Amino acid sequence: MPEAGVGITRDEVAHLARLSRLAVTEEELDVFAGQLDVILGAVARVQEVAAADIPPTTHAVPLTNVLRPDVVTPCLDRDEVLAAAPAAEDGRFRVPRILDEEA
Amino acid sequence: MTTIESAADVAHRYDPVIGLETHVELGTASKMFCGCPTTFGAEPNTQVCPVCLGLPGSLPVANATAIESTIKIGLALHCDIASWCRFARKNYFYPDMPKDFQISQYDEPLCTDGHLDVVVDGRTFRVEIERVHLEEDTGKSLHVGGATGRIHGADHSLVDYNRAGIPLVEIVTRPVLGTGALAPEVGKAYVTELREVLRGLGVSDVRMEQGSLRCDVNLSLSPAGSGVLGTRSETKNVNSLRSVERAIRFEMGRQAELLDAGGRVVQETRHFHEDTGVTTPGRSKEEATDYRYFPEPDLVPLAPDAAWVERLRAGLPELPAARRARLAASLEASEFELGSMANAGVLELVAETVAAGAPAAEARNWWLGYLAQQANAAGVEPAELAITPAQVARVVALVADGTLSTGLARQAVDGVLETGSSVDEVVAARGLVRVSDVDALGAAVDAAIAAQPDVAEKVRGGKVAAAGALVGAVMKATRGQADAKVVRELVLSRLGAPG
Repeated sequence: MPEAGVGITRDEVAHLARLSRLAVTEEELDVFAGQLDVILGAVARVQEVAAADIPPTTHAVPLTNVLRPDVVTPCLDRDEVLAAAPAAEDGRFRVPRILDEEA
Repeated sequence: MTTIESAADVAHRYDPVIGLETHVELGTASKMFCGCPTTFGAEPNTQVCPVCLGLPGSLPVANATAIESTIKIGLALHCDIASWCRFARKNYFYPDMPKDFQISQYDEPLCTDGHLDVVVDGRTFRVEIERVHLEEDTGKSLHVGGATGRIHGADHSLVDYNRAGIPLVEIVTRPVLGTGALAPEVGKAYVTELREVLRGLGVSDVRMEQGSLRCDVNLSLSPAGSGVLGTRSETKNVNSLRSVERAIRFEMGRQAELLDAGGRVVQETRHFHEDTGVTTPGRSKEEATDYRYFPEPDLVPLAPDAAWVERLRAGLPELPAARRARLAASLEASEFELGSMANAGVLELVAETVAAGAPAAEARNWWLGYLAQQANAAGVEPAELAITPAQVARVVALVADGTLSTGLARQAVDGVLETGSSVDEVVAARGLVRVSDVDALGAAVDAAIAAQPDVAEKVRGGKVAAAGALVGAVMKATRGQADAKVVRELVLSRLGAPG
């Protein structure tokens, strides 16, 4: 194994795969658990740089309250929009059914 | 199916705890993060653009009016307004958002820690508001192949993104304790009052039937007096005020039956059925952490400064509770009478009638009595009747000065409702004037006596009660315009009977 990560478990990978509706095989769970562990380990190193005097930020620019007035602007043409969809029906996007879910 | 136990019976053994999550679509002209219109009922996918379709390279910009509306809601609910907060991405894999995430707020809501008081059966219940946050509504899915348009049995789904991106405010209460057998009524009263507040603010059209106000009802039971919170169910699809009450009542009965039998309530999402009043299990709730919330990188933080918030506070309209208190004082009405007027939808009308000069009791009697009946018969709200409070006040004045009897006043009201003319025009056109002139009535009284000589004889013989038949004949002959009291006196004096 390369350098140690933060310890993502095989079960956690299986859980994420289920949430993402991805079919992952038993073998792949082992592979991905190992790979994700390394990635998380690399990202975790950033935390070593964090210090009390550096406030966390989600933005590189120190802006707030970037707003637009409540004004209507033109929409896209529906035919054009649906032409880009894999499937359409009755003016709507057609998608596969979602298993075991309630509306 | 089995009969569900009443809320009162359940409350003997269990303390119900309710919680309500209400979603309100704001009435802005454009969407939350793009300029698409928000018109209800438009052709599917005609109100979409690269931003709300989540096309690569598009960027959201927050709608200033939606932010202000949310702050106003927070202020009306006595919340603290955050001086700094951020939007968050809520990630999930349903097709109702083309981006595969919904922009919402997570640990930094715009408004927190408020309350709304509601009155049920003369008792005031304080419903504490945990948070008010702003997010975007999702698209609408139509499930094809299933019998009821729901996912079970569906072959595929058709999605319309017109609604995706419409600003949506979520108002979440803290658990409401101590409501006992009144839990269903308190739940309904809360949503009713909240709707009044939102309508008064003018931030939403609050039409439950169109989905612009939607409600999720949480309910748990704890053994009476134990103080130990039970496991809650979350009921969705509660889309009318009456349904809020019914859903709580049903869940109280269902959970009590389960617990009585030594069973366990499962934490789950349930679905309310409007037609049967029953809830059924829905999808098992994913853990909150499964949504992998993180701060929305495409939007900068929101930082409402004190001046902005205070300007919005200064512009708030009078809130429903304050208005009711003011009207109560001006109408000299009891809490019960106020409740009756509010329920009948005539509170404002009565207040305006009083403002137009009518005594409070008269105004109340007209709107709760004859006018409410007319509205009911016509299938409209009292406010939709073709008579104004000022016209009702005019009718009241004409009765007070003796021009109209009660019967004539009703005829005058009927005339206004039918023709839309003014009260005085109707009175003049229909000759609705009470006749109390002895000379004018004398001939009619003589005619009635001549027509019923046997009755007249009885009255002469001392049977004063028989005079009623003669009075009735005169009233009929004068089309109700005669003053019945004067007629009676005339009849008795002509026949020499004691008056």
